[in-house]
Amino acid sequence: MATATETTAHSFPDITNPVNWFWGKLSWDIFPFYDPLILGTFLVTMALGLGIVGWLTYKRLWGYLWTEWFTSVDHKKIGIMYMVLATVMLIRGFSDAILMRIHQALASAGVLEFLPPYHYDQVFTAHGVIMIFFVAMPFITGFMNYVMPLQIGARDVAFPFLNNFSFWLTFSGVVLVMLSLFVGEFAATGWLAFPPLSGLEFSPGVGVDYYLWSLNIAGIGTTLSGINLIVTIVKMRAPGMTWMKMPIFTWSTLVTNILIVASFPVLTATLALLTADRYLGTHFFTNDMGGNAMMYINLIWIWGHPEVYILILPIFGIFSEIVPTFSRKRLFGYTSMVYALCVIMILSYLVWLHHFFTMGAGADVNSFFGITTMIISIPTGAKLFNWLFTMYKGRIKFELPMMWVIAFMITFTIGGMTGVLLAVPPADYVLHNSLFLVAHFHNVIIGGVVFGVFAGINYWWPKAFGFHMNKFWGLVSFYGWVGGFWFAFMPLYILGLMGVTRRLSQFEDTSYALLFGIAALGVAMIAVGVVAFIIQIFVSIRDRAALACDGDPWNARTLEWSTSSPPPYYNFSHVPNVYALDAWDHMKAHNAEDPQDDYVAIHMPKRTASGLVISALMTVMGFAMIWHIWWLALVGFIGSVAYGIYHTFDYDRDFYLQPDEVRAIANGRRPVVPAE
Amino acid sequence: MTTATHPPEPSEGFDFYDTDPASHADGHHETGTMLGFWIYLMSDSLIFGILFAIYAVLGTNYAAGPAPSDLFEIEKILLATFFLLFSSITYGFAVINMQLGKQGVMTIWLLVTGAFGIGFLTMEVLEFHHLWHLGAGPGASAFLSSFWFLVGTHGLHVLSGTIWLAVLLVQVQKHGLNHDNKRRILCLSLFWHFLDLIWIGVFSFVYLTGVLL
Amino acid sequence: MSFFQPRTSRRIGRFGLLALGALALSGCNLVVMNPAGDVASQQADLIIYATVLMLIVIVPVLALTVFFAIRYRADNEEAAYDPEWDHSVSLEIVVWSVPLAIIICLAGLTWVATHRLDPYRDLPRITATKAVDENVTPLQVQVVALDWKWLFIYPEYNIATVNEMAVIVDRPVEFKLTSTTVMNAFYIPDMVGMIYAMAGMETELNGVLNSPGTYAGFASHYNGAGFSRMRFDVKALDEAGFDEWTAQVAGAEQPLDRESFVQLEQPSIDNDVHYYGSVQDGLWQRILNMCVGDDKLCMNDMMMVDALGGGGIDGLYNRELYRGLCSADNPEGMFAILRPDLSDRATDITAAMDLLPPETPQMSVPREN
Repeated sequence: MATATETTAHSFPDITNPVNWFWGKLSWDIFPFYDPLILGTFLVTMALGLGIVGWLTYKRLWGYLWTEWFTSVDHKKIGIMYMVLATVMLIRGFSDAILMRIHQALASAGVLEFLPPYHYDQVFTAHGVIMIFFVAMPFITGFMNYVMPLQIGARDVAFPFLNNFSFWLTFSGVVLVMLSLFVGEFAATGWLAFPPLSGLEFSPGVGVDYYLWSLNIAGIGTTLSGINLIVTIVKMRAPGMTWMKMPIFTWSTLVTNILIVASFPVLTATLALLTADRYLGTHFFTNDMGGNAMMYINLIWIWGHPEVYILILPIFGIFSEIVPTFSRKRLFGYTSMVYALCVIMILSYLVWLHHFFTMGAGADVNSFFGITTMIISIPTGAKLFNWLFTMYKGRIKFELPMMWVIAFMITFTIGGMTGVLLAVPPADYVLHNSLFLVAHFHNVIIGGVVFGVFAGINYWWPKAFGFHMNKFWGLVSFYGWVGGFWFAFMPLYILGLMGVTRRLSQFEDTSYALLFGIAALGVAMIAVGVVAFIIQIFVSIRDRAALACDGDPWNARTLEWSTSSPPPYYNFSHVPNVYALDAWDHMKAHNAEDPQDDYVAIHMPKRTASGLVISALMTVMGFAMIWHIWWLALVGFIGSVAYGIYHTFDYDRDFYLQPDEVRAIANGRRPVVPAE
Repeated sequence: MTTATHPPEPSEGFDFYDTDPASHADGHHETGTMLGFWIYLMSDSLIFGILFAIYAVLGTNYAAGPAPSDLFEIEKILLATFFLLFSSITYGFAVINMQLGKQGVMTIWLLVTGAFGIGFLTMEVLEFHHLWHLGAGPGASAFLSSFWFLVGTHGLHVLSGTIWLAVLLVQVQKHGLNHDNKRRILCLSLFWHFLDLIWIGVFSFVYLTGVLL
Repeated sequence: MSFFQPRTSRRIGRFGLLALGALALSGCNLVVMNPAGDVASQQADLIIYATVLMLIVIVPVLALTVFFAIRYRADNEEAAYDPEWDHSVSLEIVVWSVPLAIIICLAGLTWVATHRLDPYRDLPRITATKAVDENVTPLQVQVVALDWKWLFIYPEYNIATVNEMAVIVDRPVEFKLTSTTVMNAFYIPDMVGMIYAMAGMETELNGVLNSPGTYAGFASHYNGAGFSRMRFDVKALDEAGFDEWTAQVAGAEQPLDRESFVQLEQPSIDNDVHYYGSVQDGLWQRILNMCVGDDKLCMNDMMMVDALGGGGIDGLYNRELYRGLCSADNPEGMFAILRPDLSDRATDITAAMDLLPPETPQMSVPREN
């Protein structure tokens, strides 16, 4: 028997006490010299980072990045920045996954426990937080940002500056999470940081503070982005595009952003309360003085379950665009698809309790939430059937996006089934917190969200850059991911049925070793998929001349394909008039031709550095709060507010692009020629 | 089925591209701001909703310490409430004068509004000061935690509203009642009335029920 | 280790669905699907029923996906092609109503099963064929989740153990659970599904084990650094064996009293099994109300004072004074400090609030047979 102080003392220095007023809790001890693994990662990351910085400096690209990207308010560039951010974080989050799989495979075989619990617990927490907040969210926000305004025939979003600001707030959250890897520690609480474990009494270090500040800053960005995109859809649709003529992806964007606006404030409030417990000594979620930790569990899942649909609904939208395009056919049951989205949106608020059937609520309450959960599978099932009947009597071309869709339909269906199984409370009593649960949500998140993201990237890449993605490496990535998924997670289903819980780092029973070994093999296959995806990007860029395409390479149906690839920064030289669903398909059917003249002046926003500056100051504030450097936090906070006010004194935020300039740009672009 | 078929071609043919210079005035940005601000207010009200819910659950957990009736000085709270209610009315007068184009009168009403806001904040700071010196800080019990957080969050909103008001006054002095400034004054108006509404909730749900029950 | 333990084979035939997996991985023991207790068995059966119900719609979807993908591939010129076909009322009715029908069945199943298998409900049966004897009361076990070990108190026997528990085969067990620290979940896969154990709260779980053996139990909700090692053995013994076991525990010298509990409460990882020969009266109530040490007011007393309108502003200052006081021991003394205005009615109020110490459970419990 070892006491807790003994076991943790070896792994980490005490960082619970402030050192002094100037440095807060910061001291040399916090740098990970004690752990060769983290130190190695740190050195490699620094070397890579310095390499990239050096290369950019050598190529004199900083000015270009600053004016064309960082300070850009163009929704397309911001969308691409979200995608780049998500891809980088995917690699980070996936590295955590590899660590966990290797550790469990070795530990269950009794070979080696190479991560101490203290470190392992941070890894699984970071994996969950990063994958949800800084991979999945930026991916879908990136898609919504890039595609939606093009689909509705708009020239930008409603609040272009706010869009840039939202991105940098998300980036700020990423910076804090990445800092926690090398400066101090991350939370060791699980990805939702349930109190009392995440309270000051049981987690006195800075890990939970990193968690709270990064998520709250990023969460504000997400809320602002949600407001922005809703207003864009409501107010900026092309003439004639009535609600029921909106593309399904735009519908799913609308529904998703309503969910964001109606659920992220709950997250913000809940995390703020936990922050108050840790910083102000309040008693919201403490064990004593009248606090109630069950409240946190309820609140966080009132955000958390809609969040699941925030991730998957845009992906459903992506599939609803890809299936008709590659089946050469109209989407089956458009109206019922729209209703299904709306029903899912409402029901997603009525199911949160299924995440904790085992907390001891009565049978009536548990059955109610179990049944509402099952009801969600009805509209979801209807959507699956609608994609199926879209394929029916079609002419399906198996390009990469369509392959991802087929893989999704099979994988997601299985994941949905195990999800409904978990919604049966007595079944959940034996499967809750087990690896079966872990397998289930990876089944729907990888099988749904990740496959959808890759489908979407392969689908819209030609639109964004004017050339296709390399198909060979795309196929390698596809088979790596799909095959790897089955190898990595089917064993976890079985392990769950063997009574193995999640988040274990030490094992007494070597009979699990075989299955953990297979899962590790699976993650190796996924690693091939991830690497192949990165290679695919580089190879595509290298071969861009050979892969070049025009504005409508897939012979698609919605408005984003009616402009050149890549679109000019004002998107459309002439705003299209919409008469039908699948507006571009309708235009092609009537041989619509973009008039090569009669250009009118276009009203566009100017770029601004305010979003970046304010977010940078807020990052400073967050970092200072985490380390209890109060003066610096005050500087960061007042600085960000002051800069925000300074920004409002700038009344000169937009300009008119004159018809001659539009003509010059439009004539220089690759014409839109329908495929075939 | 109605949405699913292509529409019949109109007699004059489809006009697929808009080439009319007049049809794309930038009007959508203005209405968009008001809609966006409304949606922001809705999301903010959700935050207050959570804080009210927390208060409903934890508001009677006194930890064997003081209850609302031991702490609240309802007369002072009533005074603060009237400050805020009147400030809403005076803001209304300011908006009327803005629409009439009377910048000077509007400025005066905005200054009055700001003064009421500062009055409200002063009352709140005095109350918090009083509680703090009694030892009834936010850490004293779950009831006090939820009380301080709910009332404090509202107070921080009023503070930011007041700062915003000050900034706007400077901007109106500098640039006059231009399009942007008018829009901003209307947004702050929404915000200000919203805070008034929240306060009515706080006053009845926290103070009145606390003292009466 | 318990996972290699021989089991009843009566249910094995039912798991055709999993047979393939089980064959391929013959080293695996799917304890969740093939448990040793009746409640867990019913929960496993429910997994099967729900899965079969869902397969009614899942299998066609999977089959149609593959079939349509092959049939309507672009280079199959023979297949029909109808690019304008995008609506069919009858198909829409089918795709909405078939899942609806299945969900209605599943919802009915869920409602009934959730009520029948409510962890708070006393067991009506021991196995599918055997009802609980009316004369048998469930074995009481009070479970405390500590950082990072389990404490089991047997009130009927006045003994306590750490990281080991024993039950009698075919006798229902009623667990009362709490925690002294963070959220925990208590799970014995062979016996019954899990339930959370939370500080200051009491949850309940009813289960039974139907065959003798040693089974694994563990914390199934992540709770910090010692999580992986927070495991214990459950011994299912016959009457004689259980008596022997209790006698052995009762023979331990150390008593579980407030002092030794405070000591036990210190965080530790990978604890050995430990026996306490006796348990101090009222200790469970103090553990539950988080006042085993002398530094806090008992939670139930605090709630009583709050229900009476709080302790007033004075309550902020006499926190030092009431430390260690407990209405169960000394209602007058507690009221004199917290609510002097009500102190003459202290005993009445305490009784009305049901806070007096519960009757000590009797030692001689009627046993089965």
